[in-house]
Amino acid sequence: MFAYIIRRVLYAIPILIGVNLLTFTLFFVVNKPDDMARMHLGMKHVTQEGIDKWKEDHGYDKPLFYNNHPSEGNALTDTIFYHKSVRLFLFDFGNADDGRNITYDISQRMWPSLAIAVPVFIIGILLNISFALMIAFFRATYIDYGAVVLCVILMSISSLFYIIGGQFLISMLLHLVPISGYDDTGWSMAKFLILPVIVGIIGGVGSGTRWYRTIFLEEINKDYVRTARAKGLSERIVLFKHVLKNALIPILTGVVAVIPLLFMGSLITESFFGIPGLGSYTIDAIRSQDFAIVRSMVFIGSVLYIFGLILTDISYTMVDPRIRLGTAA
Amino acid sequence: MSAKFVDRSNTIITRNLAQLANGLALILLICIGACSGQAWNNPYPAADARKNILYSSFTERPKHLDPARSYNANEIAFTGQIYEPPLQYHYLKRPYQLIPLTTVGMPQVQYLDKDGKPLAENARQDQIAFSVYEIHIKPGIMYQPHPALATDAQGKSLYDHLSPEQIDKIHSLSDFKQQGTRELVAADYIHEIKRLAHPRLNSPIYGLMSEYIVGLRDFSKRLRDVYQQLVKEKGESAFLDLTQYDLAGVQAVDRYTYRIKIIGKYPQFLYWLAMPFFAPIPPEADVFYAQPGLDKKNVTLDWYPIGTGPFMLTKNNPNLQMVMERNPNFHGETYPTQGEAGDAEAGFLDDAGKPLPFIDKAVYSLEKENIPGWNKFLQGYYDTSGISSDSFDQAIRMNNQGEAGLSDDMKAKGIKLLTGVGTSTFYMGFNMGDSVVGGNSERARKLRQAISIAVDYEEFISIFLNGRGIPAQGPIPPGIFGYRDGKAGINPYVYDWVNGAPKRKSIAVARKLMREAGYPNGRDAKTGKPLIIYFDTTASGPDDKARLDWFRKQFQKIDIQLVVRGTDYNRFQDKMQKGTEQFFGWGWNADYPDPENFLFLLYGPNAKVGKNGENAANYSNPDFDRLFEKMKNMDNGPERQAIIDRMMVIARKDSPWIWGLHPKIFSLYHNWYFNAKPNLMANNTLKYKRIDPVLRAKLRAKWNKPILWPIGVLVLILIVSVIPAIKTYRAKARAAGVT
Repeated sequence: MFAYIIRRVLYAIPILIGVNLLTFTLFFVVNKPDDMARMHLGMKHVTQEGIDKWKEDHGYDKPLFYNNHPSEGNALTDTIFYHKSVRLFLFDFGNADDGRNITYDISQRMWPSLAIAVPVFIIGILLNISFALMIAFFRATYIDYGAVVLCVILMSISSLFYIIGGQFLISMLLHLVPISGYDDTGWSMAKFLILPVIVGIIGGVGSGTRWYRTIFLEEINKDYVRTARAKGLSERIVLFKHVLKNALIPILTGVVAVIPLLFMGSLITESFFGIPGLGSYTIDAIRSQDFAIVRSMVFIGSVLYIFGLILTDISYTMVDPRIRLGTAA
Repeated sequence: MSAKFVDRSNTIITRNLAQLANGLALILLICIGACSGQAWNNPYPAADARKNILYSSFTERPKHLDPARSYNANEIAFTGQIYEPPLQYHYLKRPYQLIPLTTVGMPQVQYLDKDGKPLAENARQDQIAFSVYEIHIKPGIMYQPHPALATDAQGKSLYDHLSPEQIDKIHSLSDFKQQGTRELVAADYIHEIKRLAHPRLNSPIYGLMSEYIVGLRDFSKRLRDVYQQLVKEKGESAFLDLTQYDLAGVQAVDRYTYRIKIIGKYPQFLYWLAMPFFAPIPPEADVFYAQPGLDKKNVTLDWYPIGTGPFMLTKNNPNLQMVMERNPNFHGETYPTQGEAGDAEAGFLDDAGKPLPFIDKAVYSLEKENIPGWNKFLQGYYDTSGISSDSFDQAIRMNNQGEAGLSDDMKAKGIKLLTGVGTSTFYMGFNMGDSVVGGNSERARKLRQAISIAVDYEEFISIFLNGRGIPAQGPIPPGIFGYRDGKAGINPYVYDWVNGAPKRKSIAVARKLMREAGYPNGRDAKTGKPLIIYFDTTASGPDDKARLDWFRKQFQKIDIQLVVRGTDYNRFQDKMQKGTEQFFGWGWNADYPDPENFLFLLYGPNAKVGKNGENAANYSNPDFDRLFEKMKNMDNGPERQAIIDRMMVIARKDSPWIWGLHPKIFSLYHNWYFNAKPNLMANNTLKYKRIDPVLRAKLRAKWNKPILWPIGVLVLILIVSVIPAIKTYRAKARAAGVT
């Protein structure tokens, strides 16, 4: 398994270079260094001298990919791409274009993101699986049909509706929790998290339940389930002990890969609930054309996604003894 | 056996339901526990309910709090309360008037000729080579408590040589045990002016100021060379000590007096002296923050200001909340005793002569979205609010005369409305370099005049701004010297004066102008081709579709096809820089209340193309330019007004812009909030605001009583909905038992 993991990590390097190249190209197709300077200098009374100073100070005064007249290094290394990329691979994110240290900001903002994402993820999965098993138990009854219709309705509604509706109902009409905000001092955090967590769970319950129901129904028709029933096992035992265990591989495929990405936060939820997490950090950076933050967040996202996929592979070996990583079939 | 199974399953279900109920009860208990003793939806600590704290919000994260770098309105909302430039605007008087803030009297100006000899106050402009402003600051003004100023018994700084181990333990300024202060001196103001040229700071006004402050450009070049050498030698820990370098145009006369030497005559410079760019910074702060490692914790002057103002920043989390508290070392100031007519009746002079500031603390929370912020205002958790288009209908009722008033819901809550015309202008510009709409030919001028008539801004304001704006008659908004009201102020090429009010000319007049311009029925009389005009705009999203359709409709009135070229702001800027646009929309917000700050938008040498100026239409008329040069440095008075009037005649005739509109600002405040007079130029107005926290706490409690019965109903519905499932379960189990 160790050799497999090493191999996967090595595969990740060209992927990360590719992602970085793509981010860089897309960003600079839309934004030119002069535009970035203008944005940061405040738009008014901006002189070309000021723009040139800003670019020089922030390392945007070089060509993007190829330098015909390099002042240091060679034609490929004395470029914006090289200077902005090489430190990323050492996980040195440097400073944002407004001067703030990105590593420090990420270390501060990951906790609010996790404070919402982790409970939504755990409670959501438990609820979705429970509902899906229940629906599978009542398959082909009016409860099944009703639940599927409800799931389709729930998944058809925009997440924005849940957020605004939740804020209106729970906070505005019932006055039960604050509409938005955050407090990182101990238990007072809970009152700010209840609503986004509930909204997050309800927003995902439709699609999640329906997905797991499909997995369970597929599993229910297999031979070993028939055998289990033939042995006289109750439907509850069949579902919870046998079907659930055997359905774990498709469940893990979707779930484990997502775990590292919880760290990245939710763009819309954080924005509406005033949660100072990494989702709103990324959105702000895109809006303010802060390339330093955008490339750092994309890079971290890619690393986490690759890490999640490796974790998924490892988890397969845990739930299915037939799977061995790194051994030829 | 079957019966046993059913019994057991019932027990399991009952147990699960009990667990569910327990879970719900637990969540409820957490709610109650977290919110005990106050309204449950109160986002602030219960202990603060009756404290003298002002609550407000900000929509965009401030990026810079360093006075040399900060320029955005959302940043000045904070820096304006913390830093004290030499001058400020009178809070109540209109037109806007500069008064001393930290100075003894207004700065004295001395004009010099090219040989440095003094000139009389009324010297001709062409004689004046330099202006010297002498500024005397009040003695005894102290800085806020700050670790950069903490010293030991011998007067040696405690924290200017921190070891890496000490820095490791620092995460914010509150981690320093000792705080210190010292007296404000003239050298601190000089230090800040030098900082405008610091190669690392990229001050947004450096470019402009280098054209005026004597020696600033050379000083900047020198600093750049020195700093590059320092970086080569010391890397990122290089520290540029500005006290070691002299700036020719700025000098200290004595401990409390300094002089700034300006190239030529530039009376608007006084307005700049009311902005935080010219606030004092103690050199010790630069030494303190330059210590390697602090920047990695974001402990920099950009995030932890040090000022002499009435407030100091005590919590700085721009991603969540910014908290300012009363500066214990504030030098003291009193509420104005004079205002304009009507201020006394409106209650704006009730606090006359009382010491400032009134509030102890101000809490600003980040609210990126309009809806949560608006709802929190309605719940009493923000003291003031703007009105977004989403909430306009809920808050405002327009009467038959088109005047805005509060809705009944707002009145019932005791909410009050403030309105004022902003010192801004939003216009549509023609690129004067364009071969069709640009140029000084009669044909192009008539075409522009016809379009100006066709685009009905009265309708635009009514449809898209809910009446929050007034159609502009020129670039100068109301409240700025040079603006003329009434018949004398209308644009005669677009409006007639009818029954005491401006009336837009008819489309028939516009069509006549089109014919005279050689475009009968929207076709070029020579080629027969239809006239197509390309409109460059950043409004390209689905939300903008209605507006763009409306613009198309306006042009169709005179048979012109409008082609919208939507683009992002960067590409738009690029087009404007290159002059490849034909017709565009833009705006301008006043830096200071002087007509020069608006009329320079039409000054030829200030063109966008080739000169990187702010004249986006690239308009150039020698007569206008000559008058502008004469007007820009004059004092306000009849002579200046006469010149502005002549400039307006020229500009209106040439019509380089469709003059567009001046926005009306609507804001709401609760009845526990006092002294809410809008002042669109001053940025240090927090000190004048007063609140009644007891009334606020009472109303908040009344408005936010938790309503629990729907939760009970929901639980009941859940329980009821489980019953069919239980029945089905039993039936299935029975069926399984039978088989």
